[in-house]
Amino acid sequence: MSVIVFVLSGAFAMCVPFALAALGELVAEKSGVLNLSVEGMMALSAVMGFMVVAGTGSHVLGLGAGMIAGAGLSVIFAALVLLFRANQVAAGLAVGILGMGLSNLLGRSYEGSSVTALAKIRVPVLSEIPVIGPILFVQDIVVYLTVVLVIVIAWFLYHTKPGLRLRVIGENPETAYALGMHPVAVRLACVAFGGMMAGLAGAYASTILTPVWAQNMIAGRGWVAVALVVFGTWRPIRIALGAYLFGAVGLASLSLQSLGVGVPSQVMSASPYLLTIIVLVVISANSLRIRLNAPMALGQNFSPHG
Amino acid sequence: MSLPPLAQPQYSQGEPLLRLEGVSKKFGTLVANCDVDLSIHPSEIVAVLGENGAGKSTLMKMIFGVMQPSAGSIYWRGQRVQISSPAQARQLGIGMVFQHFTLFETITVAENVALSMPGTPQELAGKIREASQKFGLAVEPHAPVYSLSVGERQRVELLRCLLQDPSLLILDEPTSVLPPTAIESLFQTLRGLQERGIAILYISHKLEEIRALCQRATILRHGRVTGTVVPKDETAHRLAELMIGREIPRSSHPKATPGEVVLKVSGLSVQEADPLAVGLKNVSFDLREGEILGIAGVSGNGQRTLARALSGEDTLPPSGQGSIEMLGRPVGHLGAAERRALRLAFVPEERMGRGAAPTMALRENALLTAHGEGMVRRGMIQREKQEAFTLKCIADMDVRSSGPAAPASTLSGGNLQKFIVGREMMLRPRVFVVSQPTWGIDVGAAALVRQKLVDMRGQGSGIIVISEELEELFEVADRIAVMFDGRLSPSRSTALTTPEIIGQMMIGLFDAGLDTAREAAQ
Repeated sequence: MSVIVFVLSGAFAMCVPFALAALGELVAEKSGVLNLSVEGMMALSAVMGFMVVAGTGSHVLGLGAGMIAGAGLSVIFAALVLLFRANQVAAGLAVGILGMGLSNLLGRSYEGSSVTALAKIRVPVLSEIPVIGPILFVQDIVVYLTVVLVIVIAWFLYHTKPGLRLRVIGENPETAYALGMHPVAVRLACVAFGGMMAGLAGAYASTILTPVWAQNMIAGRGWVAVALVVFGTWRPIRIALGAYLFGAVGLASLSLQSLGVGVPSQVMSASPYLLTIIVLVVISANSLRIRLNAPMALGQNFSPHG
Repeated sequence: MSLPPLAQPQYSQGEPLLRLEGVSKKFGTLVANCDVDLSIHPSEIVAVLGENGAGKSTLMKMIFGVMQPSAGSIYWRGQRVQISSPAQARQLGIGMVFQHFTLFETITVAENVALSMPGTPQELAGKIREASQKFGLAVEPHAPVYSLSVGERQRVELLRCLLQDPSLLILDEPTSVLPPTAIESLFQTLRGLQERGIAILYISHKLEEIRALCQRATILRHGRVTGTVVPKDETAHRLAELMIGREIPRSSHPKATPGEVVLKVSGLSVQEADPLAVGLKNVSFDLREGEILGIAGVSGNGQRTLARALSGEDTLPPSGQGSIEMLGRPVGHLGAAERRALRLAFVPEERMGRGAAPTMALRENALLTAHGEGMVRRGMIQREKQEAFTLKCIADMDVRSSGPAAPASTLSGGNLQKFIVGREMMLRPRVFVVSQPTWGIDVGAAALVRQKLVDMRGQGSGIIVISEELEELFEVADRIAVMFDGRLSPSRSTALTTPEIIGQMMIGLFDAGLDTAREAAQ
């Protein structure tokens, strides 16, 4: 029982980097921009956040620094694809590699050092409820923030007019422009928002989730976030559930290993990827669902004057 | 909906609402518009006439701010303006209904309207219903656009524009998908708008309409103005001449000599996957070789489902009702490739994406359906055969392009349609299904396509033409049947019926004029 509570509770913190980065990527992709530099943005913001927390001791400043770093890198990417109309895939990979390189360079002198983690918030009264209390109401502030962001983004995209505009720019920017919208400006904002979210995710991973600096500590989580967007059929709630599932299975396999269950560790390590893929493939098997949610102009550059 | 106040006296006939002076547009070496002068006053309906590639669309795009002129000036209410974006054009009070639709498919009608107007989709749904009643343009505000037919989409476009109370309305081929009764009510709508001081720039290739509706017509040829006339004082024939610079070709139509039945559809019922779309209900008909069967009807009444069922894009499920027999054998279960192997050819209503791959060269598009014409040997493409086929198609159909290497997307609608129809004809089909053969293309190209259809009939093909243009069906078809709400009427001999009767059948009165027809037959 305590193992299950541990897994379900810990999965929230585990899934935060995936969920935040995937939601940011979702917003960028919904506007029609495929930003493949998520991994690099997370890596750079992880080291920036770590340096600031190590220097000032403030997690708020650390997360802020991470967001600025992520947004900064994403604006470089945005300049390449929106201004110079570079190929989105190539530009995303290049900027991602830049981010990872900078991360390793800046983090060299911090190798192995650690910062204090952020205390978890025990919500009064609610955290005393058996089972549910420790799972839901003993979490750090970023976990709660992530839940709020999932709901706000879902509401914004599907229940507000700016959200509607954002979606149709991702479907057909030429038509949107003909109707008087400004696809380039909207896309810039979306990419920068995506960068900020990836930055928050990276800084959270390095200063709160595992507050020890190691090279390549993001370890592919940015790529998982990109995949979650697709398998979650571009719907925020599905993406968040996918991220949580990924976190939970990852933590469960660790717990089972520590309990000495006789399954090869490679199978255990692969299990979150496998299970998430299976679940999300089932969700995305409906072609109409994909047709209605996938941004049609994803990856296509747009220029206002032909 | 609120409309602007009646008659605005400050804009007398002397001061145009919009004036273009020496406007030119060059794309590299191509001159799309050269030194164009055009003016329109409040309460005026001015036609812009011109053949395919004459530069009408480019000119309208410059007025609407989608493109910028290379030279010349635009004056709005006497002030020189730079219209740098559609948003700015909108602010000035210019509304436009595009020939190529500007609706987003994955969202609803009301959401589409909400994108260009203040108000939430819920609030606008009521306004849309109200306006759709008022203008006789039936539209369901909460239907997602992907479930709508071409005709329904155009209604939405038009409604959306009207809801914005523009002082200048630009309409690009607005009637091409409307039934005759709706065209008359659209004209009443437009005349009503005109009385309220709204100016209308009307682009159409239907000359009779321009004569009925427009006070002036500016005629473009090769990007230049060749004349500004009062269309009422000119015959449609004369207008066409001014427009294409020569006499309009009219298709000759010798009497049909139908042979054996090549296609037999009996009791066909198809349920659409989308509960909002109209499927097929117990559709039966025969098609004989050497005849053209016209299928009339307002779009959205099952024509798309019928075309897909005939082409093999949708195969019939084994449990499905009805059958399709081609040349005496059942083909309902066969896919598009297998039916094509039996010499069926098909021209879909969407030229881009379904009829041709937009980014691929014409020669590659030729390969798409004509690969069986000796173009592929042991899996390798025979370049010379492919090239020869493409060149012949371009020459036969007078396709204006930079050659076989031109990507399909660089051709104008009419030229691409000529290419697609030509490609399918060169397959010498026994059964030829053509959907909307001349939709949105100019007189010259349309006449050529129709003539080719009649020629093919003469060579023994059985042809089905699905069209919303009655004039066209009366010109090419030997028999006409009408689709309404998924049902197909019995066919009428073209010689023994009239557009009025078919027009009534298009709103569901399948028995219209039967007595008259019987009398005529006796």
